[in-house]
Amino acid sequence: MKYMMLIHHDEAALAAADQKQLWADYAAFNEALAKAAGVEAGLRLQPSSAATTIRSTADNTDIVDGPYADTKEQLAGYFLVDAPDLDEAIAWAKRCPSSRFGSIEIRPLMAERGK
Amino acid sequence: MTDATGEAARAAERVARQSYGRLVAYLAARTRDVAGAEDALAEAFAAALKSWPADGVPDNPDAWLLTVARRRQTDAIRRRITRRSGEEHVQLIADEIAAASAAPAEIPDRRLALMFACAHPAIERGMRAPLILQTILGMTAIDIAAAFLIPPATMGQRLVRAKTRIRDAGIPFRVPEKEELPERLTTVLDAIYAAYTKGWNEIGDTGTPEMASEAIWLGRLLVGLMPGQPEAQGMLALMLYTEARRPARRDAAGAFVPFEQQDTAEWDLARIDDAEELLHAANSAGPSGRYQLEAAIQSAHVARRLAGAETWPAVVALYDRLFALTRSPVVALNRAVALAEIEGAPAALALLAPLAADARLQSYQPYWAARGHLASRAGDKAAAHEAFTVAIGLTTDAAIRLYLQQQRAALPDA
Repeated sequence: MKYMMLIHHDEAALAAADQKQLWADYAAFNEALAKAAGVEAGLRLQPSSAATTIRSTADNTDIVDGPYADTKEQLAGYFLVDAPDLDEAIAWAKRCPSSRFGSIEIRPLMAERGK
Repeated sequence: MTDATGEAARAAERVARQSYGRLVAYLAARTRDVAGAEDALAEAFAAALKSWPADGVPDNPDAWLLTVARRRQTDAIRRRITRRSGEEHVQLIADEIAAASAAPAEIPDRRLALMFACAHPAIERGMRAPLILQTILGMTAIDIAAAFLIPPATMGQRLVRAKTRIRDAGIPFRVPEKEELPERLTTVLDAIYAAYTKGWNEIGDTGTPEMASEAIWLGRLLVGLMPGQPEAQGMLALMLYTEARRPARRDAAGAFVPFEQQDTAEWDLARIDDAEELLHAANSAGPSGRYQLEAAIQSAHVARRLAGAETWPAVVALYDRLFALTRSPVVALNRAVALAEIEGAPAALALLAPLAADARLQSYQPYWAARGHLASRAGDKAAAHEAFTVAIGLTTDAAIRLYLQQQRAALPDA
């Protein structure tokens, strides 16, 4: 099954971390992901301070300066894994350095048509 | 009902009891589709009840049911999977099941894997026991709902949702790897024990004592499928110790009888022997977990009542270890009550004082009942009266309420 791993960071905790160590860990994780799971590394987003949210109704569009929800943990990026089951996906989430700075939501992808 | 119909119905029922979980587990394990497996099997059972009275009960009802269920299931899969690769997959599954139903003695028992799927941490905690009861035992949503005090329609919906989740989230059907096993086994044990306590706490007319015996059946199944797991043995022992005393906890008039006053002639000694043997095996096999410690405490209480052994120091020591493991305020409460038997009620009350700040205990009836008993023994009538009154207010069981009212009325003037 394919799983989308949605990374949510506590941005304050992340900022307080040893950056050199963190990104070294991330490089190792991405390497492992590419070798063992055969997937491209995911994508990293700019912090939520750079976010803009729009919501359209029939007559107008609201444009809000900021993220979708103003919560302590913010969407920070994602990676995809192809895992035989949820336990394997959970194992990848635990390995991801971001799991120490927030949470990782594991969402199975909708199966493609005809598969 | 004619004799033939009756015999067929009885045969179907026998198979249902013995094989339902095995067949559901086997059919569901490959597709992760529990609901689909149940549907296929339900149709197979319906077909059996139609044809067996006419054609006779087959030599091997398991194989017959599996063959019919397989046809339904592969049809259903075929409807979903239409591409060529899917067709090969369906053929593979069909061949495998065909081979298994030809040699039904060798149908692999996947019930353990099914239990681990039902009690997976990704399944809502409160639904783990209902899922196991339905998939392994074939209990209906209506019966489960009655035991869990939830409206049947709600229970039905939540069961469907949980099964959909097993399939869609990709929850695996397998016994976890060694490093994960202790933690994951705990969720299975907790689910079975939760089913047991439903059957223990609710006394009376709702048919829940059956839930207790179903939970014990599941405990035996688990111990049989996973020999040498001390915590599984400990949990089964704990259920058996408790169940052995069921007849003694109410007198002939239905009044509550506290443990220390129970007539031990009413205890089921065969069950206690079973429990002792399991506990012995558990303790020799590995380190002590929660269920082993709780079972050991029961064993110490039983030894005191049956043989007059002085076991209170052992009980306190066991509660110490249990508290180190769980940090539970209920354990701290029980330890204090046991300590009163050695050091007296005032010492126990002094231990309870810091627990008064714990919000979890404020609405816990046994906490107030214990305070009432201890204060009474310490000669503090006013405190005892107050504590018994709160305990009475928190009780939902009529027999226990009456017992507490009698205790309160019998408080001596200081």
